[in-house]
Amino acid sequence: METEKMVHRANEIARFWQAYPHEEAVAAVAGHIRSFWEPRFRRQLVEYAETSGADLHPLVEEAVQLLRPRTEPN
Amino acid sequence: MTLVKETDYGTPAHDPASSVTLEIDGKPVAVAAGTSVMRAAMESGVRVPRLCATDSLEPFGSCRLCLVEIEGRKGTPASCTTPVEAGMKVTTQSAKLARLRRGVMELYISDHPLDCLTCPANGDCELQDMAGAVGLREVRYGYKGANHLDAAKDESNPYFTFDPAKCIVCSRCVRACEETQGTFALTVKGRGFASKISPGDMLFLDSECVSCGACVQACPTATLTEKSVIEMGQPQDSIVTTCAYCGVGCAFKAELQGNDVVRMVPFKDGKANHGHSCVKGRFAWGYTTHRDRILSPMIREKITDPWREVSWEEAVGRAASEFKRIQARYGNDSIGGITSSRCTNEETFLVQKLVRAGFGNNNVDTCARVCHSPTGYGLKTTFGTSAGTQDFDSIDQADVVVVIGANPTDAHPVFASRMKRRLRDGADLIVIDPRRIDLVQQPHIKAKYHLGLRPGTNVAVVNALAHVVVTEGLVDEAFVAERCDPAAFNSWRAFIAEERHAPEAVETLTGVPAEAVRGAARLYATAANAAIYYGLGVIEHSQGSTMVMGMANLAMATGNLGRAGVGINPLRGQNNVQGSCDMGSFPHEFSGYRHVSDDSVRAVFEEVWGVRLGGEPGLRIPNMLDAAVDGTFKGLYIQGEDIVQSDPNTRHVEAGLAQMECVVVQDLFLNETASFAHVFLPGSSFLEKDGTFTNAERRISRVRKAIPPRAGLADWEITMALANALGYEMAYSHPSEVMAEIARLTPTFAGVTYEKLDRLGSIQWPCNERAPEGTPVMHADGFVRGKGQFMITEFVATDERTTDRFPLLLTTGRILSQYNVGAQTRRTANVAWFDEDVLEIHPWDAENRGVNEGDLVELASRAGATTLHARISDRMQPGVVYTTFHFPGSAVNVVTTEFADWATECPEYKVTAVQVRKTSRPSEWQEHYEETRRDTTRRKGRSAEVTGG
Repeated sequence: METEKMVHRANEIARFWQAYPHEEAVAAVAGHIRSFWEPRFRRQLVEYAETSGADLHPLVEEAVQLLRPRTEPN
Repeated sequence: MTLVKETDYGTPAHDPASSVTLEIDGKPVAVAAGTSVMRAAMESGVRVPRLCATDSLEPFGSCRLCLVEIEGRKGTPASCTTPVEAGMKVTTQSAKLARLRRGVMELYISDHPLDCLTCPANGDCELQDMAGAVGLREVRYGYKGANHLDAAKDESNPYFTFDPAKCIVCSRCVRACEETQGTFALTVKGRGFASKISPGDMLFLDSECVSCGACVQACPTATLTEKSVIEMGQPQDSIVTTCAYCGVGCAFKAELQGNDVVRMVPFKDGKANHGHSCVKGRFAWGYTTHRDRILSPMIREKITDPWREVSWEEAVGRAASEFKRIQARYGNDSIGGITSSRCTNEETFLVQKLVRAGFGNNNVDTCARVCHSPTGYGLKTTFGTSAGTQDFDSIDQADVVVVIGANPTDAHPVFASRMKRRLRDGADLIVIDPRRIDLVQQPHIKAKYHLGLRPGTNVAVVNALAHVVVTEGLVDEAFVAERCDPAAFNSWRAFIAEERHAPEAVETLTGVPAEAVRGAARLYATAANAAIYYGLGVIEHSQGSTMVMGMANLAMATGNLGRAGVGINPLRGQNNVQGSCDMGSFPHEFSGYRHVSDDSVRAVFEEVWGVRLGGEPGLRIPNMLDAAVDGTFKGLYIQGEDIVQSDPNTRHVEAGLAQMECVVVQDLFLNETASFAHVFLPGSSFLEKDGTFTNAERRISRVRKAIPPRAGLADWEITMALANALGYEMAYSHPSEVMAEIARLTPTFAGVTYEKLDRLGSIQWPCNERAPEGTPVMHADGFVRGKGQFMITEFVATDERTTDRFPLLLTTGRILSQYNVGAQTRRTANVAWFDEDVLEIHPWDAENRGVNEGDLVELASRAGATTLHARISDRMQPGVVYTTFHFPGSAVNVVTTEFADWATECPEYKVTAVQVRKTSRPSEWQEHYEETRRDTTRRKGRSAEVTGG
């Protein structure tokens, strides 16, 4: 997906949930992306957030933390 | 098969709540209070002769043939207009009555052509039947007096003929147009012997007639007759099936001579349409035999090659081997499928099963992506179920009807007729729409409020309505306390009460006068029963899902849920868009709307399907195209869907398809998407297969095979063949076996069987142990999700903004005679009414640009440009232009953008910033399209020559 489009899509989700309390909004944005975005685009979003993250809505930036593949405990 | 004939009881039924007992011809009869003597007699098996009476219309009492004698009463009252009374003693046959009836018939026949043997109604003529029933043996008046036998025929309508020479002026057609259709196009002109039926001193085609067929259906003679019957003769067989056009899901009788359809007649016992129809379902079925139908499978190496006709085995084998090759090279997730909302439940279920179990991924989506996906998201979030709350009959109990972003008289005409009847009977109407749709002012209907909002401000308006409800003490506190989540409600109440949501605060933004919003809110909130009906104007926005939740909030806050007459009612676009969603066509959920990540749900499917299933959501249609452009998605199986014409930003759609290595299109016609296909599998029309459709009211109705599949296989058989060729075994011998699997795997369908569908006629899901015969009204005792969930619906303006360069807003819609991308209706005589998409533009905007009626204008957006002819119209407000997308050459979706609903990616078709200017030549895209189409035609033509086809 074009980066600009991906950022816009993610930010649109955040713009809906930003009306909710912060913690709830972050979880909801992450939950929405996890539930509806196919893994290749979730990976693209996480990679983008890690490498640039330009123009991402703050809620998306935080939600991405919840979308990163979990590291197995040592 | 035999000819299905419904019983005509002469006058409408009444509520059986209270009963009256009387005596008819010496036999006791118990009927509902209010029933006519005519109907009471018919219910007891006595048919009183009649001509002007039929049970779809209110009694009229004009023909004087249904006279009876009633003990203790003078004269011979008309049985159709005389209600039963307790203890009444009625005589329907006597020498006196026989004499009177013969006299009446004698007068009728004295001015009627005696050409029964060559008359198209021969064998289906009530006048003929009545002449026989009353024993008419002579006409003493002769035939040489004044008469109407030379009256000229009106053959202007492409589907039926009006032959006034055969008219008995019974007024059934006039009353059908008024009562059933609600158009009032016909009248009885003149008085006495000079009386004649008239569509307003003009030809039928030029009149206000909408060609619904109600008049033809009501006519007891050959005056109004289908041209197909005139040409072919009376049908011999019939089978009851379901229309394949809009989401109303009308039941029809397909009437046949052998394997030729003679006509489609609305089925009186159909619970969605109660015997009514529209121009599409009633008449526009000719596409099924159109010369453009592709009847042989075809393949080609490259999309620039000519097509080559091959056997089913070769075509299916090519598709399967290509999909396997692509997956081997690019990975398991590099292919996917699209199910069709025009195909049956069973067929869509099989396609998504093929993708999940055969392809081994969840890359399946459906055309609901571009229409009602926000309905699913919004109603599931707030109520717990991705579907409308009511049945269509519920409208009869509504006191206030709110129509938001829908144009039912064009897009859902049969339900619109029902709605209009209720409005004529006294319900109040609120229309929320940028356009002044026809419903705003109709004969005997005038909307109390038309909130003509600016496109893109739906959520601001619904929030303003809710603000009035909350701040003026109009909340149904008891309902909310009992039925809704208290914390969510309190948060919402605080949010919506903020002054920034007040009608006055958003007036400049929405363009709707604050006082009108306040009035509409009060009217909605204080009605005993208020119902919301909505369409694509709600959902095809960047805030489509938000708006659905906003309407749900409003209904919960005012207690307008859980009983007849209320609710949130999506008017679904295509015939089976509800069903295709129910069947698990979305990439994130199985049938019954259960997420693929749910281990327990997946386990059930894995056990029945015998494979491991993925727990990650798959690609949505726009994502498939994005991934194709990225190079990670290479193969697509498309069942009955034309994404090139119907999806937004055509250039992007084409770019994605062009990157794929195997596109398989299964369709009736070489549609626009087929230009990018490598394998073409010829599909079957709704007349050629068995199955079920589910309409907008969750009603599951049987589709029954009337004729064999013209290309040899029904669509479900094609999908099955593809699955088997891929090595995933499917072995159904009939769609009923697929439904049995659906019922086994889908809790809301658990009680659905073909046997029960045949017995009950249709079933509204949920149908299970708790509701063995279905559920007309949902959430009656509580919401499916438990407590109703209020959602905070902040207005967020779309990023599609007008600028100096693109100062107008384009919104798109539909028209009565055409359907969706027009693949079907363009191939029928419906083009007599509409043969070209046009651009409706307000007179002020036209004048500013020097545009006159009929001028060719360029319509340009940030995405692209096309040209259309202008139609000057004040139905839109200044600054808004409107068009349809029924014709591929008009290329309207070259102009629409990829902005989409935040939750579901449903495209924002309803808001595109554009500029309009006069031009003298087609757009670059259109010129390219015409050239490409000529190439395609040449390639297909060469293929036909090679194969001798």
